[in-house]
Amino acid sequence: MSEIVQDSATQIAYGRTDWDDHHHLPTNTGLTNEKVTMWAFLGSDCLLFGALISTYLLLRNRVGPSTSGPTAADLFDIPFTSVSSFVLLMSSLTMVLAVTAIQRADMETCKLWLLTTAGLGSIFIAGQVYEFTSFYREGLGFTTNISSSAFYTLTGFHGVHVSLGIVMLVTMWALVSGGQLGPERAETIEIIGLYWHFVDIVWIVIFAVVYLIP
Amino acid sequence: MAITEERPEILELESGDTSPSTGAFARPTNASGWRAWVFTVDHKKIGIMYGAVAMFWFLWGGIEALLIRAQLFTPDGTVLTAEQYNQIFTMHGTTMVFLVIMPLAAAFANYVVPLQIGARDVAFPRMNALGLWIFVFGGLFLNLSWFLGGGPDGGWFAYAPNTGVTFSPGAGMDFYALGLQIAGIASLVGAINLIVTILNMRAPGMTLLRMPVFTWMIFVVQLLLLFALPVITVALILLSFDRTFDANFFNVAMGADPLLWQHLFWIFGHPEVYILILPSFGIVSETLPVFSRKPLFGYSVIVISGAAIGFMGWGVWAHHMFVSGLGPVGVAAFSATTMFIAVPTGVKILNWIATMWGGNLKFTVPMMFSISLVSMFTIGGLSGVMHSVAPADTQQTDTYFIVAHFHYVLFGGALMGLFAGMYYWWPKAFGYKLNESLGKWHFWILLVGFNMTFGPMHIVGLQGMARRHSRYGPEDGFDFWNAVVSIGAFIILIGMIVFAVNIVRTWLGYKAGTVPQEPADPWDGRTIEWAIPCPTPEHNFDYVPVITDVDDFWHKKYQPDENGKLRKVADGNEIAQRGDQNPHLPSPSYWPIVLASALPLIALGLIYNLWISGVGLLLLLGSMYGWSLEPATDPDAGHGEHADDHGPDDVDPPGDEDSEVAEEAPVV
Amino acid sequence: MNTTAVSDEDTHEEHHDHGLSDIGYIKIALILAVLTAVEVATYFWDFGILEVPSLLILMVVKFQIVVSYFMHLKFDSKVFSYIFVTGVILAMLVFAAMGTSMVFWQNPSGCDISAFC
Repeated sequence: MSEIVQDSATQIAYGRTDWDDHHHLPTNTGLTNEKVTMWAFLGSDCLLFGALISTYLLLRNRVGPSTSGPTAADLFDIPFTSVSSFVLLMSSLTMVLAVTAIQRADMETCKLWLLTTAGLGSIFIAGQVYEFTSFYREGLGFTTNISSSAFYTLTGFHGVHVSLGIVMLVTMWALVSGGQLGPERAETIEIIGLYWHFVDIVWIVIFAVVYLIP
Repeated sequence: MAITEERPEILELESGDTSPSTGAFARPTNASGWRAWVFTVDHKKIGIMYGAVAMFWFLWGGIEALLIRAQLFTPDGTVLTAEQYNQIFTMHGTTMVFLVIMPLAAAFANYVVPLQIGARDVAFPRMNALGLWIFVFGGLFLNLSWFLGGGPDGGWFAYAPNTGVTFSPGAGMDFYALGLQIAGIASLVGAINLIVTILNMRAPGMTLLRMPVFTWMIFVVQLLLLFALPVITVALILLSFDRTFDANFFNVAMGADPLLWQHLFWIFGHPEVYILILPSFGIVSETLPVFSRKPLFGYSVIVISGAAIGFMGWGVWAHHMFVSGLGPVGVAAFSATTMFIAVPTGVKILNWIATMWGGNLKFTVPMMFSISLVSMFTIGGLSGVMHSVAPADTQQTDTYFIVAHFHYVLFGGALMGLFAGMYYWWPKAFGYKLNESLGKWHFWILLVGFNMTFGPMHIVGLQGMARRHSRYGPEDGFDFWNAVVSIGAFIILIGMIVFAVNIVRTWLGYKAGTVPQEPADPWDGRTIEWAIPCPTPEHNFDYVPVITDVDDFWHKKYQPDENGKLRKVADGNEIAQRGDQNPHLPSPSYWPIVLASALPLIALGLIYNLWISGVGLLLLLGSMYGWSLEPATDPDAGHGEHADDHGPDDVDPPGDEDSEVAEEAPVV
Repeated sequence: MNTTAVSDEDTHEEHHDHGLSDIGYIKIALILAVLTAVEVATYFWDFGILEVPSLLILMVVKFQIVVSYFMHLKFDSKVFSYIFVTGVILAMLVFAAMGTSMVFWQNPSGCDISAFC
């Protein structure tokens, strides 16, 4: 296509004339806008969790003057948290299976794995609720000391991310069930999956850095 | 993606009834009057609204500045009490940074970037509108504090624990923390949108290294926003939790480290400095070549140094904290990185001067503002390098020397560049130029007032006058220069009144027919936004240009003859597109403004009563639901080959609408 | 696992490649499970001086595996990797610097914050 084209009219138009072209103008990168959006958001979220995790690490031993309670690390129940970490890790597997299912247009399997993923996520959240409750009973409230504020804020934010993911998964399940979301929109599931895996890798870091490293 | 597609068939719009056949909610398809603005998803209208709202806050922040200067006109000023003074200087800084310069840059980014890359709109038009309205509500929310017990009083940097409940018991700092949180969401939404737009929606042939420099600088700025905003988000969350839920992050009695806030704030805050200045760098990199009638000297060097500034901007934040007890190693390390970051900035200044060198300079108003950016910013940059020398900074910090420095950078740099951009792109946005002679009055009064205001601050700063103090004594010897500074501030006011008169007079003149309509290419421009009519037609481009060069439009007009001398081969106004096509554009939408209005409700609830938050949350969820159920107004959008275009998921706001209804001509 | 992925990868356009088969993903998950088990084992047995480094290495490996395979970065467009890795590296560098400054460089003269209280 030449740069200056004589239009059918006498006008010299600056531009190209495949106006009547039925094909899409592909994006420059060949990638869809939605997927780039999700990756950009995840890149941004790295800094959010980076700030929260480093805040926790800097503050985790600060309990203030003598009597302001235990640190979060004093109360960790590693076997329990290991189980819920494992559950979240496996939900990443079921998520990826949901994506491959919809990519081969196997909607029933996709629905099954979407729901399983949401279920595993809910188990994780239930575990977190249990953990918070038992910590609270053992005298570690949100305002008890600096360490507790930092711990609840960090894990709470992760929990909010997981909960949002569950809402998205259930919505996806409903859309697939209702037939509004077919195999041609497999990428939507894939994008939700990216978010879900991201939440999982954040927990991989939290589990190692916050819980396991003494 | 959908927006760049042209479809062959052009729907005729019967006036009035295009009630959609699908979807749960109607879309405002035939909006006119104020509705055409409030519900718009058009990047041009959104850009203009960003600019208008920012100029309103500029007036407001300017009034705050004048109050400060009235207070300091004489020793022992009595205009404001100390408490009021704290609130006024805090809100002056916060307003100017978050509600003036950032949205003004967003105005240009929204208006100009799609035009410079040959796109029909941004990637997600509804998200674009959402960003605008969140910003509008964020600004209103922040300033609501004036009526609810007093503004924030902890400085725009809000150093905790000074901003904790103990030392700032009013609700002001809550409004600050939550208001900036809301404004931050707006910036994040806008940043992602523009990043995707620039990555994905460039015209054919426009490789990254053929993008106009302004688009490049906006790209760098949006990446900085993308990565810097989460850090301030966390800092503000910690502060809010401390204030609202009695958390202990900054509770020194519990052993908190006050430097945590400073680190988090400045890790955001220093990239923020470049977020404020780089758009103006981009603007003058457009205007200087046009009015020097020479290509930009060292295009790729300017681009790379811009990206380098963006990257290195992450490694210098602690130079804001040299006297905070950082320790000698930290001070030395950040001193060194700060000296280094002056290099790419210096490279840019050199390139601009080399662009003008030997050029056929046209001293139009945008050119004058651009040159004043180069010179005034250099002064601010030089005093900035002085601060990188830590022992000197120890003397200068918290004095008016610092105030002088960052006003030379932000007013003399960022704002001068933004004014250059306004005069430069005004015909593209509104169809007529601002009056040149009034513009020159505006420029010269502003330049004199600016230097009178901020120049003497260097002197009183080095004499030891401390910032943020509501008074100085007659025995301090600061009274002469402070009087000069205050007079200068009022001269700036006169300059801005001239600007306002200019806007109103040319607008009235244009309506009356005495101010001429400009053709497509009034400045003999270089980039493709000048290849479409003034004002920009609703659909931007009739044809998507194919790009073969940097400054593509220029190369269509000027080509070398057999002797290698540049000859004009075409007139820009003749080869420009006519804007007479009538393609499909996304319909307006109710939901961006509705969704945005939920955020201040949630924030208000956090301060006063959680039930209000509940209402806000319901509104938020409901409007998200409405957003995702909103129909594409075209009944056959989404079938056949277009089906995969709308892959929006329902929770992340999808922006991709294939609406098909052509709108009426823009009402400007 | 690597080999199955690579053979597939080279024949397709980058972003149309969807990575592994279901069986492949299950194998990946098994590897992740084993790595997690090793991590948890550090809690029950004393790894001595190796504990912290091994936990960090395991964390990085798990992170890498999930990002490369489950999130497809290994098979997907490099643009995604650039955006995401920029975020990860920026976060690590910036917050490592902040932590270093606050833990090791601050108040070297023994000046105690509480002295101001």
